[in-house]
Amino acid sequence: MTVEDGVAIREMESVRSPADRAWFEGIVVELLPDLYGTALRLTRNSADAEDLVAETVARAWSHLDALLDRTRLRGWLFRIETNAFLSHRRTDARHGVQESLDDNEDGFSLFEQLHAPILLWWSSPEQEFLNKLLREDLARALAALPDQFRVVVILADMHGFSYQEIADALQVPVGTVRSRLARARALLQKALWTHAQDAGLVGRKPLKAKLNHE
Amino acid sequence: MIACEEALRRLAEYVDAELQGTSLREMEQHLERCRSCFSRVEFEKRLRTCTANLRQEPVTPELEGRIRALVDTFK
Repeated sequence: MTVEDGVAIREMESVRSPADRAWFEGIVVELLPDLYGTALRLTRNSADAEDLVAETVARAWSHLDALLDRTRLRGWLFRIETNAFLSHRRTDARHGVQESLDDNEDGFSLFEQLHAPILLWWSSPEQEFLNKLLREDLARALAALPDQFRVVVILADMHGFSYQEIADALQVPVGTVRSRLARARALLQKALWTHAQDAGLVGRKPLKAKLNHE
Repeated sequence: MIACEEALRRLAEYVDAELQGTSLREMEQHLERCRSCFSRVEFEKRLRTCTANLRQEPVTPELEGRIRALVDTFK
């Protein structure tokens, strides 16, 4: 147990029954692969991810009274995990939020790249691309996203949070969630496209691709 | 009827199940008629499924032991 785990436990206010603890432990253990997987996507390394899972579990238990509907524990745990991660980042000046990146990134669409006329000799270029896409490729592209963009993709695409739920969790307006998601996905798709070109999954030189077909 | 340009603007919200009422119906009608936008929606959905699959990672017995020991200290 880390020092942080202990600090969170001491913040605990009310005393709960052994049945509460058994219920809580059951769900936490069942969700461990999800809690750890999400932590790994957030922190990008296993040691920090394991600490984040422990901190999440400790925070969730100590704030359990704030959860009015216990059937919502699962989604709530991921919200806590995300906020625990972000609270560490906020205390670290090197990871200040950059709200505006290059605006040119906004409209990038992998689908459009794959459907550039020159590549259409593939019957279904996007299916072909997805079939070749490896888990590690996507994990690497996701890890390369700045924190505030990675977080919205994790909450929306991995956990199916609605825009409103993400806005509530991050305490930002819904419009900010929508624009961050758009930018995050454009960045993600651009990274995948660059990787696909580097790995030779798609033709870097359109002319050559066409000649191969003919 | 909405055109492709409008359909593409609504694409993310459609895939995220954020569209409702008329905007949702207009989008659905467009997708029934437009192969290009339909394919693009399918692509975005599949890519999102790939991302969703990154949600789980195998847990070592050490981590599970650490978490169980932690929960055991809870009162």
